[in-house]
Amino acid sequence: MADFTMPSLGADMDEGTLQEWLVKPGDTVHKGDIVAVVDTAKANIEVESFVEGVVQQLLVEPGTTVPVGQVLAVLGNGVATASSAEEPAEPPAPAEAPPTPPPTSPPVASESAPEEARVAAERPGSVRVTPLARRLAAELGVDLGTVTTTDDAPIRAKDVRAAAAVLRPAPEPTSEEPGPAQQPSKAEAMRTVIANLMSRSKREVPHYYLSTTVDLAPAMAWLHERNRALDVSHRLVPAALMLKATALAAQATPALNGFWVDGGFTPGGAVHLGIAISLRGGGLVAPALHDAADLSVEELMAGMRDLVTRARAGRLRGSELSDSTITVTNLGEQGVEAVHGVIYPPQVALVGFGRVVERPWAVDGLIGVRPVTTLTLAGDHRATDGFTGARFLTDIEQRLQHPEEL
Amino acid sequence: MTTATALETTYRDMLREALREALREDDRVFLMGEDVGDYGGCFAVSLGLLEEFGPERIRDTPLSESAFVGAGIGAAIGGMRPVVEIMTANFSLLALDQIMNTAASLLYMSGGQYNVPLVIRMTTGAGRQLAAQHSHSLEGWYAHIPGIRVLTPATLEDARGMLSPALADPDPVLIFEHGSLYTLKGTIAADAGPVDIDHAAIRRPGTDLSLITYGGTLQKTLEAAETLAGDGISAEVVDLRTLRPLDDATILDSVRRTHRAVVVDEGWRSGSISAEISARIMEQAFYDLDAPVQRVCTTEVPLPYAKHLEDAALPQPEGIVAAARRLMR
Repeated sequence: MADFTMPSLGADMDEGTLQEWLVKPGDTVHKGDIVAVVDTAKANIEVESFVEGVVQQLLVEPGTTVPVGQVLAVLGNGVATASSAEEPAEPPAPAEAPPTPPPTSPPVASESAPEEARVAAERPGSVRVTPLARRLAAELGVDLGTVTTTDDAPIRAKDVRAAAAVLRPAPEPTSEEPGPAQQPSKAEAMRTVIANLMSRSKREVPHYYLSTTVDLAPAMAWLHERNRALDVSHRLVPAALMLKATALAAQATPALNGFWVDGGFTPGGAVHLGIAISLRGGGLVAPALHDAADLSVEELMAGMRDLVTRARAGRLRGSELSDSTITVTNLGEQGVEAVHGVIYPPQVALVGFGRVVERPWAVDGLIGVRPVTTLTLAGDHRATDGFTGARFLTDIEQRLQHPEEL
Repeated sequence: MTTATALETTYRDMLREALREALREDDRVFLMGEDVGDYGGCFAVSLGLLEEFGPERIRDTPLSESAFVGAGIGAAIGGMRPVVEIMTANFSLLALDQIMNTAASLLYMSGGQYNVPLVIRMTTGAGRQLAAQHSHSLEGWYAHIPGIRVLTPATLEDARGMLSPALADPDPVLIFEHGSLYTLKGTIAADAGPVDIDHAAIRRPGTDLSLITYGGTLQKTLEAAETLAGDGISAEVVDLRTLRPLDDATILDSVRRTHRAVVVDEGWRSGSISAEISARIMEQAFYDLDAPVQRVCTTEVPLPYAKHLEDAALPQPEGIVAAARRLMR
């Protein structure tokens, strides 16, 4: 027996809303399989299982918000047993339960056709819901797991409205209980999460800051040459080279690639490069590009594109949000020359790249106009000193002088 | 509309009235095509115009679609305002090279130097036992081509009012007249004039689902909406009127209100204008849908001659009603 629990998808998460089950009782789950979609304050995340087994029981219905660590499902190692003696302990009540309805006995309203009525939650893995019904359910605060339909029809808007009418027979609850309209919007919720995490970082992490200006002429020239041979969809952007150089330098300087946990430093092993991505509705996520140091520049470029697309579509994987070892933020496109970032705890370093600008630059005693960028590092002074940080930045700079070796 | 000036008339007469007005008002306008002169037009649309305007302006042409459409393009570039009639949409394929490779492309290929202010009228659609050579609905194909406008008048007002703005358009405009509509009778304001060719029209308001159609299937769709009303289902009927450019705003506004859509199209289903409309609804109004979009199209066969087979192949009110009921189930 194993428990599948609400995962912590990053230091900024303490509860999550189960959005959708992608498995049902009786399904066999392997390590790495995506079993559920969880809505955090930041995005919809596809959550992978870290355990193997056969799904015995789903304990939480979609739409429910539960704290990190709560058991969501029970996995067994054999065939699914009928829920007999192995009744799992009642999961702890969520810290602050949302106004979800109690599991309703068949509502009086559906008396007209009681034998046709079927509780959708009986097979949570395969409930079909129309787009409008899903949207309405979210707006009206209706748990889709409690909505009943007839025959094999999908849940439609009228079913959700009927369920909402049963939920709220009275016009409006008292002012003490906020209605759905008063709940914070997604953007507000994300702002709160970022506020909490960044306050924690600035409160707990003693930052030191370093910056250096990097001559990008060789990198840009190499990129230009390389792109001439590639069709438009495969062309590389300067950020790909910057990420690759950073990943290799982080591999060479393990003291900056890892986590500060329980008063000590734990190296991250591989380099999982967190990439800060701003979302359209405002807010920020920093999913990981796994094993970035081992990827070719082309693979890295493709991975970066994929992450940006999925981040903006709200479909990142759990592992991508929880295991970045060092984060890169690139504000160059926004037009600033340098960014002095705030470390994303429990990581110990954040690398920033500014805009690529043309500046008079001396090479071999001659002044020329060269493309340069300002490279910065915010380091956790508990884990490293400026000396290590300086070596790290110089390493990135040196690697960018030899783009062909990246 | 003031009731005192209402007029009992037909779709055919309104097309003729629009032509007559255009010929009177602008010396550059002339009509050419097969049998448009002495015979008065294959569908009697131009009956009497030869006598009124003379052979210079009502010109019979040989059976050579590519040649006379090409001549129309030349005349348009040369400063005239030709109205070219092609007998049926099936035969228009003989002139497709002129329409697509020349008329639709010339403005672009000349770097903006040459507009082609050409109007092409043609008959489309089935339902009159004219078999496969005369019955196909190809307006959806033309709606695929950038550089042209595609109009599908379905009412007396549109038959009367679309030619004038079409002639005023500096670029090629194709007008598809459904063969079964020529005898459509109705009442229209005596002073009815030019209509808006940029927007679709709501022909019947409703709240439960949107029936989206155009041209020859509008009357059948209105009939279906009437039947549905008897069941307590309130169907909104959207007449596209212009297949290119499509008026997304009106279509999507309707679907966002009703949350369900049936597209009725006399073209074949695969790769049709109904496919395009369905895709646009999915792209832009997915989260407003409470059921999958349905389509009622012509069976994918060459149109049969035998009446019962032809009826079976075409979209019919019963089929539209059935599709709507499936959505409302």
